[in-house]
Amino acid sequence: MNIHEYQAKELFKEFGIPVPNGVLVESVDEARKILSDSPLFQGDTKPAVWAVKAQIHAGGRGKAGGVKLARKSEEIPDLVSQILGKTLVTHQTGPEGKKVLKVWIEEGSNIAREFYLGVVVDRTTRRMTLIASTEGGMEIEEVAQNHPEKIFHLALDPLEGYSPYIGRRISQFLGLPFSVQSQMVNIVRDLLDFFQKRDANMVEINPLVLTKEDRLVALDAKVGFDDNAIGRQPALRGLRDLSEENELEIEASKYNLNYVKLDGNIACMVNGAGLAMATMDVIALAGGSPANFLDVGGGASKETVEQAFRIILGDPHVKGIFVNIFGGIVRCERIAGGIIAAAQDVKITIPLVVRLQGTNAKEGREMLRSSGLAIQVAEELYEGAEKIVLAVKGDK
Amino acid sequence: MSILVDRSTRVIVQGITGKEGSYHATACREYGTKVVGGVTPGKGGTMHEGFPVWNSVFDAREAENPDVSLIFVPPAFAADAILESIAAEIPLIVCITEGIPVLDMVRVRRVLDSRNDQGKPIRLIGPNCPGIITPDGAKIGIMPGYIHKRGRVGVVSRSGTLTYEAVWQLTQLGLGESTCVGIGGDPVRGLNFIDVLEMFESDPETEAVVMIGEIGGEDEERAAVFADAKMTKPVVGFIAGLTAPPGRRMGHAGAIVSGGKGTARDKMAFLESHGVRVVDNPSLIGKTVADVLASGKSRKTLLPA
Repeated sequence: MNIHEYQAKELFKEFGIPVPNGVLVESVDEARKILSDSPLFQGDTKPAVWAVKAQIHAGGRGKAGGVKLARKSEEIPDLVSQILGKTLVTHQTGPEGKKVLKVWIEEGSNIAREFYLGVVVDRTTRRMTLIASTEGGMEIEEVAQNHPEKIFHLALDPLEGYSPYIGRRISQFLGLPFSVQSQMVNIVRDLLDFFQKRDANMVEINPLVLTKEDRLVALDAKVGFDDNAIGRQPALRGLRDLSEENELEIEASKYNLNYVKLDGNIACMVNGAGLAMATMDVIALAGGSPANFLDVGGGASKETVEQAFRIILGDPHVKGIFVNIFGGIVRCERIAGGIIAAAQDVKITIPLVVRLQGTNAKEGREMLRSSGLAIQVAEELYEGAEKIVLAVKGDK
Repeated sequence: MSILVDRSTRVIVQGITGKEGSYHATACREYGTKVVGGVTPGKGGTMHEGFPVWNSVFDAREAENPDVSLIFVPPAFAADAILESIAAEIPLIVCITEGIPVLDMVRVRRVLDSRNDQGKPIRLIGPNCPGIITPDGAKIGIMPGYIHKRGRVGVVSRSGTLTYEAVWQLTQLGLGESTCVGIGGDPVRGLNFIDVLEMFESDPETEAVVMIGEIGGEDEERAAVFADAKMTKPVVGFIAGLTAPPGRRMGHAGAIVSGGKGTARDKMAFLESHGVRVVDNPSLIGKTVADVLASGKSRKTLLPA
């Protein structure tokens, strides 16, 4: 699960990681109102500059025009109106972009230097790994490729845990003045504490800035959580923003179906994640384009298959369906029965190819053939893919 | 011969009184696996489906000294179950459970690593895997037994049903399998491709290996480097996820292309360049193995000129 910058900053604050003060608005009216209500815009301590930032689950907002600076507070409502409701297209949103529904307004910082600080679970070391770089504000993947020497990695031994020397090593690598080293030591400690206590799987502060007043501040915050651990994290409930997710994917998750929408027009329904991916690949190999990833799990009962059909058909681009089931524990004739019943209930009007293999596959295929429904039957995976590609092309 | 498990392997099931544990303990026994009992805290001293139940893995060890613990404990408690079996020094642990928080597995992995460093290794297969089977010997997991046939090919895979697909082809072609190991779809796990390849290389019954990988991480690449340097037996590889979009998790927690790394295309090219025969059509995995075996060539001669 991913969250917004403003939510990540609220969590950071709770764990003692320094972030700029800010407010969230969802309309221009609200932006006008807070100008007179919030201490952020009033009195002698108000900042000299404000950042107005679009809240979407994607990086690259700045380049896409989603981040603006206000020198006078009166400019803020106008800047909010320029960003709110706009569809931002960045390298992470895909070509359709993402619509901005929330805007975060925060005090600007007097930046002296910018750094990168992140934590991930590294698959090679199989440990939590701190990543720091002197090249703040840039794509870390780019830095890794062009200037690997500017990146510092440190794998944390879970039995040893955190110790201040780790923060000091990072400080030293980044060339921080000794006077701010203790701030860095605390930030690294608190960031790791947050990561473990909230079951994050990715945290990125890019940039972490050193201000001209010698303060370290997290100017941006990107956090992802481990989906497997959400159940034991009551504090994270309510942070999920459904407007950031695909409607069909939300619907599928209600029925424990693992569905990911893609751009093609041949839908597939498969039991097992690896086989589901392989089925998408085979559709492409046969000259088609997969419309989705869909793992219906081991059971493939009538109810599951019926829900899966409904979700698949919710995508208007779908022109054909390829069901690929390897019957293991659940026998093929039971699966065939489920498919027939579901296909009758859902009333499928586009080509449907079913490939059944495994336990009692012959009987299952015979049931499909004699069902009176317009189902094409296949024995082999590639044969099934060819059949559906041909059927969809012929249907045009 | 085979690897890791055979007819004499004695198995306990952690979570044996649960729905999954109960069903599969029985199915493994029907296949011929020596399932000697199970563990459910609080139900010790009772019988379940004809299996004796103990309160702890320690009690089970004292009574039966099993070789393997097969785990069907729900995700929130699974890491604890693995750690208990490690503490009780069960030599091989097979964890089927899907959905274990990754930081729990980081801790488990650390404990396994330190046992390795002390020269007292414990092996873990999984989690989030179908288990391990030596056809006609022992089925320790959730795979359908009947699709397997004792034979010449070792199979190692990050996936479940995709493995069945490959196994089915090997069986239909009469090649059969020596042992099939599902190492699981999670990013942090026990045995890896390399560990299993090493065992297949020294197993006299295994003549060729099928390695089924997928997007995410670099484990397949490391395995290919190992095969290149240390293996004589041919390796046929398949990588799922050529059409998977970057940044999206494809079912398995570990199946994600992140930061442009771990794409299927890169993996396939890397494997090819290290002498692995890569198949792009999963329907042809079995046939490719048959061709490679019929040609009688060792792995070295598969390298591109």
